[in-house]
Amino acid sequence: MLRTEEMLLNVGPQHPSTHGVFRLVLKIDGETIVEAKPVIGYLHRGTEKLAEDLQYTQIIPYTDRMDYVSAMTNNYVICHAVETMMDIQVPERAEYLRVIAMELGRVASHLVWFGTFLLDLGATSPLLYAFRERESIINLLNELSGARLTFNYMRVGGVKWDAPEGWVDKVREFVPYMREQLKGYHSLVTGNEIFTNRVIGVGTYTKEDALNYSLSGANLRCTGVKWDLRKDEPYSIYDRFDFDVPVRETGDAWARYHVRLDEIEESLKILEQACEQFPAEGAILAKVPKIIKAPKGEAFVRIESPRGEIGCYIASDGKKEPYRLKFRRPSFYNLQILPKLLEGETISNLISILGAVDIILGEVDG
Amino acid sequence: MVEELLHSQAGILNFGIFFLLAVVLLFVILGFVTYAILAERKVMGFMQLRQGPNQVGGRWGLLQTVADVLKLLLKEDTIPKLADKPLFIIAPVIAFAPSFIVMAAIPFTDKFQFADLGVGLLYYVAISGLTTIGMLTGGWASNNKYALLGGMRAAAQMISYEIPLVMSVIGIVLLTGSLNLNDIVAAQENVWYIVLQPVAFIIFLIASVAELNRVPFDLPEAENELVAGFHVEYSGFRWAMFMLAEYVYIFAMASLTTVLFLGGWHPLFSFLGFIPGAVWFALKFMCVFFLLLWFRSTFPRIRADKLMEFAWKILLPIALANIFLTAIIKEILNLF
Repeated sequence: MLRTEEMLLNVGPQHPSTHGVFRLVLKIDGETIVEAKPVIGYLHRGTEKLAEDLQYTQIIPYTDRMDYVSAMTNNYVICHAVETMMDIQVPERAEYLRVIAMELGRVASHLVWFGTFLLDLGATSPLLYAFRERESIINLLNELSGARLTFNYMRVGGVKWDAPEGWVDKVREFVPYMREQLKGYHSLVTGNEIFTNRVIGVGTYTKEDALNYSLSGANLRCTGVKWDLRKDEPYSIYDRFDFDVPVRETGDAWARYHVRLDEIEESLKILEQACEQFPAEGAILAKVPKIIKAPKGEAFVRIESPRGEIGCYIASDGKKEPYRLKFRRPSFYNLQILPKLLEGETISNLISILGAVDIILGEVDG
Repeated sequence: MVEELLHSQAGILNFGIFFLLAVVLLFVILGFVTYAILAERKVMGFMQLRQGPNQVGGRWGLLQTVADVLKLLLKEDTIPKLADKPLFIIAPVIAFAPSFIVMAAIPFTDKFQFADLGVGLLYYVAISGLTTIGMLTGGWASNNKYALLGGMRAAAQMISYEIPLVMSVIGIVLLTGSLNLNDIVAAQENVWYIVLQPVAFIIFLIASVAELNRVPFDLPEAENELVAGFHVEYSGFRWAMFMLAEYVYIFAMASLTTVLFLGGWHPLFSFLGFIPGAVWFALKFMCVFFLLLWFRSTFPRIRADKLMEFAWKILLPIALANIFLTAIIKEILNLF
């Protein structure tokens, strides 16, 4: 018998498939992973600590940089938290603009995931197709907010800019276009034997595991738990729309893939209805004081971001800066199940598992 | 002409002629590689809604590869401190040399062939297998864990896929009754073997893609898993050697596919016979090459642990069944 040794392999922080600066210390036996230890914190910028010295409006751009793939939902969660504390009623038109912006962001975020996941699996083309569609979304959001990635669009009490003329019609036109493209994705990728081989039964966990690890978003819904805050604890105006919460039962990467692609379709439904109901007139910003001071006390709000439940906790002592600000960052929680999933897997499965979890390092490290 | 030369006396003059012809072939191949890379980037660009190279050498980027190669030649030659230096240096050579040696046996037209070997097919398979050693050596000598994993994958993959590759062409050998590539082409004058041996063609195509380390079988250098696999520590002209070997193999493999299954230099229909054989060969060859590019921009990468299973449990039994069937049918036909 030959003497064999386990090998220590550093995946990341500089690695094509770790989506940023995530590091995994693997103990491998051949290509089989014996033990995996995630190391995070390479992108830590101390958003929460910085926020303690910033006024509420000044915090908003920092939230853009947490989950930079879906900045709109991050904008919303901080504004929503302050609004809850101050009991501000957001004008109708602003709510619709917010919802349209967030749902566009959700579609864009899932498109990025779709593209990069397939790229991780070795298919180069889907990335470019997905980014073509994302580009039209980015252009729409650019017209709305003046930025392509870090929008800084929402304000406490409403939004910063009104929609330019004809913008809502452009969104309306985008919906059928995106539906058409989705069909193309399915015919290119979904039925592909090599692809199904790489995702079916890979990275499987049970409903109990998902709940115990506090997973959320598509990572939870892929195990059959029908939980979406837009439906179950409706915030903003989500109770006005008719949409479904896609679920799958199997809990593997294949289920996560389907949940996300189905979510794009549901988001398109919401967009369609929001454009239909969009009020022609109205204010975009509630009457808020020049300097926002949250009343003494605390508040916690949570909403559904593309990656899961993003929460914002504010403890205020009545000053114009928060006393303590905490974000519940879904990627950070979703990542925790990784060591359990990776044990006994091979390196090529590592890539599909890590990709299917959909982490954004800016959000993991905060 | 080559025929006469092959049977002529050894001498300085003949050596000179052979040497010159080899240099000509080298340039033909280098020219192919230059524009194959460009074609690959352009075709993939076209399929992926991009432009591809469009700056160096006009709108079509005709000099892009030349510029790239020049850049690679000018790059600093880095060797990792803890690498096994002699092996590290020799590995790209081991990988590249066989890729050029196999060219000798391939009949491009009925006139243009360097060595009319009786066992041309076996020669090709045997020599091309040597490249694996170069990759394994490179992976080992780099003293890098990713490179080692890539080298191991390369060895496992290329040895496994060599077997279905050889098995698939046995059907053709049975039909022709010869291992000589010239005889094989000559036997396809009326019907190409892609018609007579469709199963063999599919197995051969899959196995050859695996041999070439191309998508969906690019596991040894899977960039998303192993960063760059066995050549992760290589840069500059040493890396270029590996790349060159890879593209020369594409040239060789596409030529071999043309010879074995697509009737070599024979025209599609006999009334089109006025078009020279070289043109026909090039056309068929291009089709095979385009297929490889198409694969690359369509497929994801196969799972590493399914790779062996696929070769041994699926391709090999089918190839064996194909040999069996071919043999039986041939015997039955011989009865009448």
